[in-house]
Amino acid sequence: MDLITISTLCVGGIGLASAAALAAAEKYFTVKQDPRIDQVTELLPGANCGGCGYAGCADYARAIVDGTAECNLCAPGGPDCAQAIAALLGRTVAVLEKRVAIVLCCGDNTEATRRATYNGIADCASAQAIAGGDKACTYGCLGYGSCARICPVNAIHMLNGIAKIDKKRCIACGKCVAACPRRLIKLVPAAAEIHVLCSSKDKGPAVKKVCGTGCLGCSICAKLSDGAISMDGFLAMVDYSQPLTHEEVVAKCPGHCIRKDPPNS
Amino acid sequence: MPTIPSSFTFHGGIHPDYHKELAAGSPIRELPLPARLVVPLSQHLGASAKPVVQTGSTVIGGQLLAEADGLISAPVHAPAAGKVVALEPTLTATGRACDAIVIETASEQTWESLPPLPEWRTADPKSLIERIGVAGVVGMGGAGFPTRVKLSPPRDKPIDTVILNGAECEPYLTADHRMMLEHAADIRLGAEIICHILGAKTLRVAIEDNKPDAIEVLEKIFQDMDGDVAVTVLRTRYPQGSEKQQIFSVTGREVPRGGLPMDVGCVVENVSTAFAIAEAVTRGRPLVRRVITVTGDAIAQPANLLVPCGALYSDLVAACGGITGKVSKVISGGPMMGFTVSNLAVPVGKTASGLLLLSPKNTTCFTSQACIACGRCVDACPMRLSPAELSQCIEAEDIEAAEPLAVMDCIECGSCAFVCPAHRPLVHHMRRAKAHIMARRAAAKTS
Repeated sequence: MDLITISTLCVGGIGLASAAALAAAEKYFTVKQDPRIDQVTELLPGANCGGCGYAGCADYARAIVDGTAECNLCAPGGPDCAQAIAALLGRTVAVLEKRVAIVLCCGDNTEATRRATYNGIADCASAQAIAGGDKACTYGCLGYGSCARICPVNAIHMLNGIAKIDKKRCIACGKCVAACPRRLIKLVPAAAEIHVLCSSKDKGPAVKKVCGTGCLGCSICAKLSDGAISMDGFLAMVDYSQPLTHEEVVAKCPGHCIRKDPPNS
Repeated sequence: MPTIPSSFTFHGGIHPDYHKELAAGSPIRELPLPARLVVPLSQHLGASAKPVVQTGSTVIGGQLLAEADGLISAPVHAPAAGKVVALEPTLTATGRACDAIVIETASEQTWESLPPLPEWRTADPKSLIERIGVAGVVGMGGAGFPTRVKLSPPRDKPIDTVILNGAECEPYLTADHRMMLEHAADIRLGAEIICHILGAKTLRVAIEDNKPDAIEVLEKIFQDMDGDVAVTVLRTRYPQGSEKQQIFSVTGREVPRGGLPMDVGCVVENVSTAFAIAEAVTRGRPLVRRVITVTGDAIAQPANLLVPCGALYSDLVAACGGITGKVSKVISGGPMMGFTVSNLAVPVGKTASGLLLLSPKNTTCFTSQACIACGRCVDACPMRLSPAELSQCIEAEDIEAAEPLAVMDCIECGSCAFVCPAHRPLVHHMRRAKAHIMARRAAAKTS
């Protein structure tokens, strides 16, 4: 036999033997997985955002099928996705209301002062690590975009030194909530339109000194809103479990920090 | 008593421009007592002190204003007689807020002091430690660790060597230098008290070789002291004044990772702390004043001022002739490890060693660039870390990866950032990672 034939037979033989071994392994060592896991994974949006608390969609699907997780945790999929999964598994599901993230600060570079020139690392946590950040208000948005960089769907933009969240794009995964060193981002019901965009717990005069759009703690909004806005010390807070339809609070707020979302936002 | 050049020196370090000539020649002078003192309750490491006076009460100099709260804490005393007008939060030099007692000083100053302990040589060390704690003495080199705790090592950690830290390796600062020149006798007294308390046989006075006059003065003062006493002349190199580096330079012993100086039988005390100890023990005076260097090229008359704790930085600037020209950066402490101050209305604390006002000529804004892997930071790091690798982990938001690379061992001396040709903010990265890890550990502890 010449060299070419020997080589062909050798390589071909190894190939055949390996194929046989793999075929046998497939038959005898196969791990039986619940086929529903794949089906549920198919129904999930595949954003792999981790907002449900699991490491990606496949992991969440496994948890649903195991029965360790509710099927309504997927924010990007929303109620439709939850219903579809519930129907597939023959379960009932309480549909959670759609939520979005919101930055509870509206002190942009025009309104809020900075107490120093910061030329360190352009990142909120780093700025916060240097003497608590350069913003004069110790509660407000630092504006270095840590939340915008971590957002998986590009829903956050920095506008004039402050983070703005695009309600339509937000999938409420909660990554920005964890990324903000000042804990300014909250998940709120998407239906809510009126918000107090300030997180300063300081007294009125102290707020006024550092920001043109801060909560002064006057409690006018709390009196007008039938309990939908309550005072936490010197800060007005919206209670999102109650309907807030008192639009006059927006105009009455002397700190100009109660805002209504523009239509179609 | 021999003077010995140090036979060892630590790994790495840098040689910045020292600019000590600006203030080194000006003798310590007292700051005229300001009309208002803002005395912070947290002038030390550990828990804030608990106030024992109310708004409206009249106090005299040296009276207790706030008592220590817990083991790692220190009391705060009135730096002058006057009236307490407010208990309110104030901004401190670190940029953070802290509660403070505001005193309107009286025109007539009256003082009270604790009973002096002239018989300290025969006294029980415990009573002396007690006195040092009651007098509110803390480490005056910068960290502000309560001295009482430092002087009470556990029984299984005997101390054989006391090192008196007169290195003052930070550029610009000359406060310790002036203290050594003008108060050498009290510094010796303090050193003797420390040695008596710890039962240490060996005393080393560590001074960098750029202060020959201080070396000469201390040689003379310590000449007739019993025991193994010597002035150790250190090579001028930053950060020679850092505790672990100095122990190596003086004794050749290396403090183990995560350990304390007492693990190698050493205690390091700053010369100003030794002075404060002498004052507390032999004269019964609590720590309410300190010497601070006001310097830089944007101040009219650089000086070393004796300042009551609670005086505002703006008072200091006024006492030194005010600002000349344009000031672009104000630093509390030295330029390497100090804090940039954004507001001059912050009070002096027990740990404030300098106030630096720099003109645009002496400050630069760098743009950070990518690491070029030159390895200079690795050569410069006195803790033998790899700042380049660490900073890249942290920049990639992978702080978990920085922990096994020993980011917590970083002493934030700034040597790496000083030598970095790409002007990377290396210390800033380390600080951020350390803050993150510390917050996580604290959260794990409470949950």
